[in-house]
Amino acid sequence: MLRLVVRRLLQLIPTLLGLSVLLFLWLNRLPGGPASAILGERATEAEVARINRALGLDEPVHVQYWRFLKRIFELDLGTSVQTGQPVWDEFTRAFPATVELSVAAILIAVVLGIPMGYLAAKHRGGWLDVASVSGSLLGICIPVFFLAVLLRGIFSVQLQWFPSQGRLDSGLNATDVTGFAVLDGLLTGEFDASWNAIMHLILPAVALASIPLAVIVRMTRASVLEVLGEDYIRTAESKGLDKRVVRGRHVLRNALLPVITAVGLLTGSLLSGAVLTESVFDFGGLGSFIRTAIDGRDYPVLVGFILFIAMVYVIINLLVDLAYSIIDPRVRVH
Amino acid sequence: MTILTNKADKIDRLAELTQSSEAVTGTSLWREAFRRMRSSKMAIIGAAIIAAFVLVAIVGPMLAPHGPTAQNWRSEVFPNQGKFVGMRGENWFGLDHLGRDMFSRWLVGARQTLLVGVVSMLIGLIIGAAVGILSGAAATLGGKVGQRVDTVIMRVTDIMLSLPSLLLAVSIAAVLGQSLTTVMIAVGVVQIPIFARLLRGSMLVQGGADYVLAAKAVGIRRKRIVLTQILPNSLSPVIVQATLSLATAIIEAAALSYLGLGNPDPAVPEWGVMLSQAQRFFDNEPMMAAYPAIGIIITALGFTLLGEAMREALDPKLRG
Amino acid sequence: MPLLSVEELSVTFTARGRKDATAVDGVSFDVDQGQVVGLVGESGCGKSVTSLALMGLLPRKGVRIGGRAEFDGRNLLGISERKLRDLRGSQLAMIFQDPLSSLNPVVPIGIQVTEILQRHRGLKGEKARKEAASLLDRVGIPDPDRRLKEYPHQLSGGMRQRALIAMAVACAPRLLIADEPTTALDVTIQAQILELLKELVDQEGTALLMITHDLGVVAGLCDEVNVLYAGRAVESAGRRELFAHPTHPYAHGLLGSIPRLDAPRGEPLRPIRGSINDKIAWADGCAFAPRCDHYTLECLTGTPELTEPRATGHQVRCVNPVLPQAEVPA
Repeated sequence: MLRLVVRRLLQLIPTLLGLSVLLFLWLNRLPGGPASAILGERATEAEVARINRALGLDEPVHVQYWRFLKRIFELDLGTSVQTGQPVWDEFTRAFPATVELSVAAILIAVVLGIPMGYLAAKHRGGWLDVASVSGSLLGICIPVFFLAVLLRGIFSVQLQWFPSQGRLDSGLNATDVTGFAVLDGLLTGEFDASWNAIMHLILPAVALASIPLAVIVRMTRASVLEVLGEDYIRTAESKGLDKRVVRGRHVLRNALLPVITAVGLLTGSLLSGAVLTESVFDFGGLGSFIRTAIDGRDYPVLVGFILFIAMVYVIINLLVDLAYSIIDPRVRVH
Repeated sequence: MTILTNKADKIDRLAELTQSSEAVTGTSLWREAFRRMRSSKMAIIGAAIIAAFVLVAIVGPMLAPHGPTAQNWRSEVFPNQGKFVGMRGENWFGLDHLGRDMFSRWLVGARQTLLVGVVSMLIGLIIGAAVGILSGAAATLGGKVGQRVDTVIMRVTDIMLSLPSLLLAVSIAAVLGQSLTTVMIAVGVVQIPIFARLLRGSMLVQGGADYVLAAKAVGIRRKRIVLTQILPNSLSPVIVQATLSLATAIIEAAALSYLGLGNPDPAVPEWGVMLSQAQRFFDNEPMMAAYPAIGIIITALGFTLLGEAMREALDPKLRG
Repeated sequence: MPLLSVEELSVTFTARGRKDATAVDGVSFDVDQGQVVGLVGESGCGKSVTSLALMGLLPRKGVRIGGRAEFDGRNLLGISERKLRDLRGSQLAMIFQDPLSSLNPVVPIGIQVTEILQRHRGLKGEKARKEAASLLDRVGIPDPDRRLKEYPHQLSGGMRQRALIAMAVACAPRLLIADEPTTALDVTIQAQILELLKELVDQEGTALLMITHDLGVVAGLCDEVNVLYAGRAVESAGRRELFAHPTHPYAHGLLGSIPRLDAPRGEPLRPIRGSINDKIAWADGCAFAPRCDHYTLECLTGTPELTEPRATGHQVRCVNPVLPQAEVPA
């Protein structure tokens, strides 16, 4: 097990190094580099030279790259052009909101998607199957931000069932412990704050869940269909086992293996979706933050964000790989 | 944001699934697939939607009753109150916040949307296919050196795939500045690694097939084997992906517009831009957002349905 | 009264948008207590479908089953799903062809054995584990305690089939159905598995329905043999009788197509012409007619009746059976 972890971690190194090179080139060598971003298009040459010197851009490329790399290792992602704050601090402040939203979305997608996919496969060709397959195709085709706008318009503006923005009501004086609003309420005993946070979370999470839900339904359905045709299901049936045992131990335990991988792979698209959803609901996580960075062409923030997201993505996939190797004995041995 | 979770493993799996290792020639494979698709509701609905969309995109702008930028201030247009109803008799879809005829803009927007979808898909397809062919050919027939070339190329695609596609597109768009070309390039570049991996994957499957071995054994030149044997038989998953990519591209272009990176030129309305402008007024005038949104959703659905139907029709496991 | 009595069993697959395909077309046979009965035929003759129909393992949708299958006084084809589940695994058990794909890859062998003990014998925990270990021991798996914790892919092919057999005999069933249990195994392992089956059947008095295309297996194991062709039994007889006097041209051909070491050098093998796809519907005549050397116009006048042209109990469905005078080489 340990060897597997180490090997996977080693495999990450070239990927992350390559990524850093790409980002470095992107930041420094493409038209519209940092100087023109800071000064605008009409900057004079003298001004550009001054900025370049200040940022160390007049030094040889490999020196610059080395410094860039060193700073990454020191978790120094530079300072935001817009706020003047260190990018890393901004991220760690905004990250819990995004995590909370993403986890809520994945929970919704998994809790609804797996049973739906299973039932669709079990009643292949029936109305439930047709409904969930077409529903998931539709779910993939609705732009996430439009779904968010739509949900907000209907359920918070018109029906006023849910708050329309933010993570907590502004009047609420909740104690901040971990940065995770729902968790904080539980830890401090401020259950009303937790409830309030959950109400704020529901609509953005539903909007964000649309694509993962669609993917999980389809994956589960395909996977269950494949497993139902396997010989070992016939064996289990031939033993006269209870339906419950056949379903849980024999069908689902096998069928969910690929779904787990899919959930890991979904984190990437989830983070993109979070950028869009958060900005609709003004949720205050990384997404909202990035939205302003894009508007302001805040390059240090963008570079830091991409690197950050890539690391998160890579780490989540590592965890999924490990989880997979625990669940699937065939992988464990090799 | 993409339809496939567009990551390495999944792409390779698609390449594997849509391949048969038999030496089925390209044409007979497609003839069989076409026969199966004719009886598939998904394929028929998808094709019908696409046909309608393409028709609107070609003919629509000529039939538009008003110019896309012509403003009409006679009607009740109060952007500050978020009210711009327009005269329903004349302006079928109403007016937008600048008093422009939504229906005309929608028709012109259809063409722009198709253009964005097709061009960005082609960018991804052409560059991706070139890279994929290089990598696949190197891996199947290039020996030791070839394998190393292949590894390097695949590492690079891995890196690109390890970024959420929308963010990759955003970073490209942020560099290139705001324009229609930017959107097409940004969305297209994101597709490059997908096509590259897909084509390489199916070339590897084909490269290991017996008929390629046979071709090698009788001494056909390598380049010829790749071009006449491996490549034609590797194309089907790429064609499926191209169809699906059209849907992804349209949705992703809309997302870029929403993030303020879309085409700023008012003379060339595009559904994504229209939608992102309309969402500000959503609470008062939801229909203003609904028209471009429905256009995007239905069109994306059309391409997705056709792509999925093709994939099913080409899947050797499902082939009867 | 026989333990299992199958009468005119038919199975038709009715997929939407396709022509109905009849896989089993009126098969009848009996299995007595403690008897080993073989169903023999080439692939596609309906022998596996027959066994799945008896076990109630065919899908409910798209399949039409006709006829009767009386097991211990109950019609297997008519009883409720719940009752069938109670029977399966306890009184009726089955062994499948490919032991690797027939075992759940992500569940340890131990659980796959104990789950059946828990279901039908109410054994739990340590008791179930002990019983499972002794079952593995009985089917000849060494070091059963360790094996219980292992996963199917860690076992060898023969070991896996032994594990499947352990599961099948866990509740001392009265009828065991074995569907090509040795086909996926190496020849040396095949013999061991057959030996094991024979032993278990002899010890417990379990009846065995052996489904195979391998005449060697039939010769070594079966008391009674039914030869199937295109979904129907064409010849049924005791093992000795059948091997000595194959009377239906198909059975005759099957036996004739086996290479023999004691045959004179240079004598060619006599394969059966064509394939099982060259057939006509039983309703129109003998399905084997297109491949038959003895075929006459009479063969095309409806389904041939079962007759006993040679000995009582030796049933043959043929209008021109291979009788001694016809055996004179041409």
